Amino acid sequence: MLAHTIFFYFFSIITVGSALMVIASKNTVHAVFFLILDFISVGCLFIMIGAEFLGMIMLIVYVGAVAVLFLFVVMMLNVAEQKQSWFRGLKSTHIPVGLIVSIIILLEVLVVIGGWKYKANFISIDSIAIDSNFSNTHQLGSVLYTDYIYLFQIAGIILLLSMVGAIVLTYRKREGVKRQSYINQISRESKTSIDIVEAEFNAGVKIDD
Amino acid sequence: MISIELGHYLALGGVIFLLGVVGIFLNRKNVIVILMSVELILLSVNINLVAFSTYSNEIAGQIFTFFILTVAAAEAAIGLAIIVSYYRNKGSIRVQDINEMKG
Repeated sequence: MLAHTIFFYFFSIITVGSALMVIASKNTVHAVFFLILDFISVGCLFIMIGAEFLGMIMLIVYVGAVAVLFLFVVMMLNVAEQKQSWFRGLKSTHIPVGLIVSIIILLEVLVVIGGWKYKANFISIDSIAIDSNFSNTHQLGSVLYTDYIYLFQIAGIILLLSMVGAIVLTYRKREGVKRQSYINQISRESKTSIDIVEAEFNAGVKIDD
Repeated sequence: MISIELGHYLALGGVIFLLGVVGIFLNRKNVIVILMSVELILLSVNINLVAFSTYSNEIAGQIFTFFILTVAAAEAAIGLAIIVSYYRNKGSIRVQDINEMKG
């Protein structure tokens, strides 16, 4: 229990500090690095609390795919040099409003958390209890592919849609790039691709002009 | 000795959620930081769901975390594609330069 406490505070302090650095660092590349650190420490928290499959998925999906995607976009767009410190712009009208709204949200959350009382026994749900005889991955699989199979397939369709959408958004046709066209290659016939010309004597034939 | 309860994890999720919201509001840099703040908000939701799932001995919260993770990955891909195509057209993705619609 002591180890649980120590590791919880260790990882949560790293999580909060790196989340603060994500929104406060001037360099966007540094912000992406702190986002990666944030995901890793939250993955460690998940592993610690008993959701080890989700922790590993967090490492693989977020750190391996999403954060690297952010890093690629930051490197491609040359925005790392567009540094600008806070509160410097002259026509900054949304900063005070944003501060006010943020402080109001903070006060609301404080009110909600401060008045929180646990129900005495909220473990009376009798649907799908965690069985300690099986591993976490085993239970997740046995529930995800039976009770939630439609949601699982809809999640796959969402991923397909996002993939198609990202390709359509970023695709552009360039001029002057020679591409292979299969339909032209297949439909080519000897009648249309061979020309018989009369060659003049001692003059030759000029081709490919 | 202090034992870690559900409230600790909820407080952690609340703090990360607030940091994400503040990061959206107080942003002068570029749109990528706003997308990263949205990722932070979804991460705090995941923390809440996993904590409730463990402390109430119920596996369904972790299933919901799967779907939130899926939607977060799709949202990141689409958002970054929009940013790339906007940068191609305008040459800048600073927040103060994006005022085409005067909203």
